[in-house]
Order: sequence, then structure tokens, then C-alpha cells
Amino acid sequence: MTAFLAILSLAGIGLILGIGLGIAAKKFGVAVDRHEEEVMQVLPGTNCGACGFPGCQAYAAAVVSGKAPVNACIAGGNEVNMKLAEVMGAELEESVPQVAVVCCRGGKNKVEEKFIYQGINNCLAASLLQGGGKRCPYGCLGFGSCVDACPFGALKMDENCLPVVDEDACTGCGLCVKVCPGNIIQLIPRETKAYVACVSKDRGKDVREICNVGCFGCGICAKVAPQAITMDGNLPHIHSDNMEKIAKAVEKCPAKVLIVRENVSSSS
Amino acid sequence: MIKTFPGGIHPPQYKSLTAEKSVETLPLPQKVFIPLGQYTGAAATPTVSVGDKVKTGEKIGESNAFVSAPVHAAISGKVTAISMHPHPVVGREEAIVIEREGDEWVELRGHSSYEILTPGEIREIVRSAGIVGLGGAGFPTAVKISPQKQIDTFILNGAECEPYISADYRLMVENAEEIVTGMKILMHALGVNKGYIAIEDNKPQAMREMEKASSSEPGIKVVLLRTKYPQGSEKQLIKAILNREVPSGGLPPDVGVVVNNAATAKACADAVLLGKPLIERVVTVAGPNVVEPKNIRVRIGTPFKDLIEFCGGTVETITKLVAGGPLMGVAQYSLQTPVIKGTCGIIVFSSKDVPDFRPSECIRCGFCVDVCPMGLLPGELATYIEKEQWDECEKSGLSDCMECGSCAYICPAKRQIVQLIKYGKAKIAAVGKKGLLGEGFSLT
Repeated sequence: MTAFLAILSLAGIGLILGIGLGIAAKKFGVAVDRHEEEVMQVLPGTNCGACGFPGCQAYAAAVVSGKAPVNACIAGGNEVNMKLAEVMGAELEESVPQVAVVCCRGGKNKVEEKFIYQGINNCLAASLLQGGGKRCPYGCLGFGSCVDACPFGALKMDENCLPVVDEDACTGCGLCVKVCPGNIIQLIPRETKAYVACVSKDRGKDVREICNVGCFGCGICAKVAPQAITMDGNLPHIHSDNMEKIAKAVEKCPAKVLIVRENVSSSS
Repeated sequence: MIKTFPGGIHPPQYKSLTAEKSVETLPLPQKVFIPLGQYTGAAATPTVSVGDKVKTGEKIGESNAFVSAPVHAAISGKVTAISMHPHPVVGREEAIVIEREGDEWVELRGHSSYEILTPGEIREIVRSAGIVGLGGAGFPTAVKISPQKQIDTFILNGAECEPYISADYRLMVENAEEIVTGMKILMHALGVNKGYIAIEDNKPQAMREMEKASSSEPGIKVVLLRTKYPQGSEKQLIKAILNREVPSGGLPPDVGVVVNNAATAKACADAVLLGKPLIERVVTVAGPNVVEPKNIRVRIGTPFKDLIEFCGGTVETITKLVAGGPLMGVAQYSLQTPVIKGTCGIIVFSSKDVPDFRPSECIRCGFCVDVCPMGLLPGELATYIEKEQWDECEKSGLSDCMECGSCAYICPAKRQIVQLIKYGKAKIAAVGKKGLLGEGFSLT
């Protein structure tokens, strides 16, 4: 009898609570857009923030409500974007995968400091004081703000305080580009075979005085490979993937600022 | 009664090094470097080219932007270069280099009296004379005296609250008449008849001289303020004298006030009555590492090196050189950096005077809250910035901070509060400019 009473009362409580929960679920339920869930499933879920929204869920909500484009997930790359477009019924052209490259070789062993900096270890903060401590006003300040910003662990600082990109881990999200107060880190299409590792706009004489690995705008590369490289002010601009021509220019470059990316397959 | 504002700090004054020395004039420099951007606002574009001969006082650069001021040749000679050069505030800036040949002036055309001029004409004279606030920030004066709001009070800022600096003090003692004339000109341009001359109570002689010079002016009153940093800040002056509070994000005209520095007033008098553009200013060269500290009248664009040599050089090698006052000034990296319109002082330190700062964690003592003249919570702001909580920063009034440095001065943990705040402001501005989604990204 006692056992029966216990079972009955428990069942009763269960029933009442169950009905209560059922009503509450109906009454206070938050309607989740079916689309939003679908979008969430497609997204990588790393919450990197490269899209500009605080995490994947917020981006998914923005996509569904039409406040964000379907191709903003940089970490997910082309694959995710295409899937997203499919879910949302949008049309999308295939995007070119990008990779970050470091466009400065003037580490602390190459370019002197113009003063002893005693402030906070952050590139933007350091750049606010007299344009940063490096004698080259364009060069990498070397506090590693880009490393801190990378959600994928694709960046690290080398022994000369220059960032190094792990190209396999880099998703081309561009967060490092955004935190860099200079223009040191740039995104280039993954297939690019060569790039210029200097961003100094100064005259050659001034560059040479402070840095022996900076481009001093001699223009030899543009002369050697006129169809592939042109001079844009004091800096060369590569606009061809013709390796034969570029290789000649790389060989002739006195400052060795033209960097050939080695593991790019020639077929791609 | 001695008036003041809530908060603030009492750093050692060190003004006796130069306060009782008359202003000396630096011999004309051989070379000047005149930066094209010397003030808040758009930088000027050069109106001369390399090889041109210029006369002293000739306009060599100007901009069409409303918030801007032209620059003038500070010596006569030949323009030898227009190139990047060290700049005391931004580090590097395009400058016009003039090599001196003789001392030939442009013809100066002054007005015998300012009363015959309309406010618009005065604004135009002040603008074309290239006058900017000489206290430090360098806001173009012509813009300041063209307010959109109704102004009822003018305050002449002679507080000079930064340690070491005594340039304005000497000017008030030696050129009281001109300063008061300049003040009357500015009041005439603004159409106000109530003016205060604000002086800290550590400068009794300046007060006497200014009272004497303004005794025939019923609308002008000298007010004594407590010696406290940052008494010379506009908003703090207005609070102390008129007990009015400039609203958050607002400017003095919002409460019907315009504040101008004493040296700026003198420059305006020179511009209107003598037709002289702003090509020189008084600079205090002081600090424990200067052989003979002095107040020097120098031409704009003179390299710091010339000034230090004029003071007999330094006792030891220079470890730190600050342009401006020691609290709000900027540390320099080159002796070739030129004096600009806003350079009120050069403070030179040796290695003994520069302590090794080791910042540590906040100990929650609240000293920074006590001293903040803006009534902010500096320590909290710094923590929000360290934690990158930008929304909290904006809610807590980050943009109201004027970076006076009282908090960092008083902080027993030696936190780099001001640098963090400057960084936070820059970061928020960068995010605003590039947008949360990054450059070139639009919400479609």
C-alpha cells in the first residue's frame, strides 16, 4: 500500500510538473529560426570573430535576418560560403582563398630603435608614440599584436621579433591585418607566387640609411621583368605569375625584397 | 577667495629655475624646419617650392580646410628641401627647410586700432597670421573665435600649471600691456564684454602686472586660482571661475565661454596691430640636466639642439627630452626636432632623473579616482582597455578623458593608465574607421 502511494504521488508530481513545463515551453519559448539552426550547422563554430560579429551564432542570426552577406565567414573559406549560399538560396561566385604574408624583413637585428620604449606591449599603443620606436617609420614594430589576434595559432614571432606565418594554419581571415597599425601583414591570394617584403614609401637613400633589407626603389626588377613588375612610387608591384621573368628579377634584386613563395604549385 | 576645481595633483613646481629670468632672444638660426602640420586640423600644403627665396613672415603653406592655419617662413633665405623631418608630436611630418640668408622681412601692415575692425576682419587677420593656441594643443584661434553658440564670457588662460614651464609667466610679467590688448581684441571679435584673467596663486608678480595693465578695463577681472595641476585646462578653468560644467563631449562654447592662452592673446595683438604673423614664441628650456635653464624667444622651426646649446648645453648625456610640460609633453628621439607653434617648453633629463618604471597590478587604492579632474574612474577605464571591453569604455566616458596624466602620476602601482587610455581611444577610432566588418565591407 505504502509503495503504491509513493508511486502514485511521484507520478502525480511528475504529471503536474510535466504539464507545467509543457505550458511554459509554449508560452515562454524562444522561436529559433529554422534557417538559423541550419546556418549554424554549416559554420565552423570557432567563434573567431573575423566576420565582424561576436561569434558564429551572432553571424548566423545576422545572415538569416539579411544583415550580413553569406560570404563573410573567412575562416570557413570557400566551402562554407558555398554551403551557406545554398542554405540561404543565394548565388555566390567562388572566392579566392587568401593567405597572410609579412611584408617586412627589418627585424630587430636589421633595423635600429630610435629610442628605448617603456610602454605597454602592443603595436598600436607603441605606434602612437612618435610613430613607434623603429627607425624605419613603416617597419614592423615587433610587439606581436598580430600573434595575439590570430584565433588559429597561425602566427608566431621569430627571434628577431618579426611575425612568421604558418601557411597551413592560416585561414586568411585577416584579423592580423586589422590589428597591425602599419601595413606589414597583407592578404594575398594563396596562388600568388611572389610578393614584395617591404612597405617603405621613403626615398631609396633614406631607406638604405636605416635598413639593408628594405626596398630602396632602384627599379632593377622592373627593368629586368618589365611585363611582370612595374614600379609604383618607390615600391615594385608584381602583377604576373610568370615565374621565369620574376625569377630573373629576384636574382637581380640587390636588397632581396622580392620573396618567392616556395610551396605554391605551378599548376594552380 | 582662491578658486579651484575638484580633483587634481600637486607635483613639485621647479619653476624657480627660470621664473625670475628675463626672456632672452635666440640669435637667428642658420636653418629652420617648419612642419606643415603644427596644430589640430588639416595639414597645410606648401605654397613655395625648393629653390625659392622667402622673406621672414612670408606665407609658405596653407590649407583650405576650416580647421587649419597657414604656416609662415620664420627666417629669410632659401627653401632647400621639403621633406620628412622629426616632429615633436607625431614623430615625423613633412617640413619646409629654409636656410638663412640675411634677415629680410615682408612688409608688415598693421592697424592703428582694433576698434575700427569688424569681428569678421579680426578673424581673417588672426587666421592669415597662422595663430593657433600656444598652450600646447594648437587649436586654430580663428576657429575658436568663430563659435556657433552665444558667448558671454572670455577667459584668458595664464594658469600655466605644468611644472618647469614659465614661458607664459614671463610674458605676463614683461608684456602685460600687449596681452591685455590681445585679450580685448579677442573679446571684441567675440562680442563679449566680460573677461577673466586666470592666474595660479604661485605667480603673484604676474597677477600684479596683469591687474595694472587691465585696471582701466571695467569688464576684465584678474582671478587667482589655487596652484594645482591641471588648473590650466579649459574645462577646469571654467569650473573654477564660473562654476559651469562643460557637458560630456562638449566644448567651452556650449556653456557660453571661450578660453585662450595668454601667449595666444599677445600673438593676436601683434597680428592685428603690427601685422606680424606667428613666427616666434617663448620656450622654457629647463630640467635638471640643463646647464643654464632659460626662457628663450625663438623662431618657429628652430631645432631643439640650438636652444640647448644656447643654454650652455647639458650637464650629462641626455636620457630623456620632453617637448611641452613634463606631465602632458611628449618624449623626443631627436635633437633635430624643431620648435613648433605649440612647443611651450623643452625639459631635459639625465639618467639619474629617469626612474625605471615597473608597472604592476592595480591595488584598488582609488587615488586615481580622487585626483581625476574629469570625475572619471581612470583605473577602471585602464582595466576595461586591458580586457578589450570597448563598450564598457565608451559607457564609462573614455572620450571625456583629456589625458592630463594626474592618475598615472599618483598611481602607486605605476600603471600606464594614460598610455592605455590613448591606446583605447585609438583602437576605438580604428575600429570605427575600418568598421567591425573590416575595410570595404558593406552590409547588404
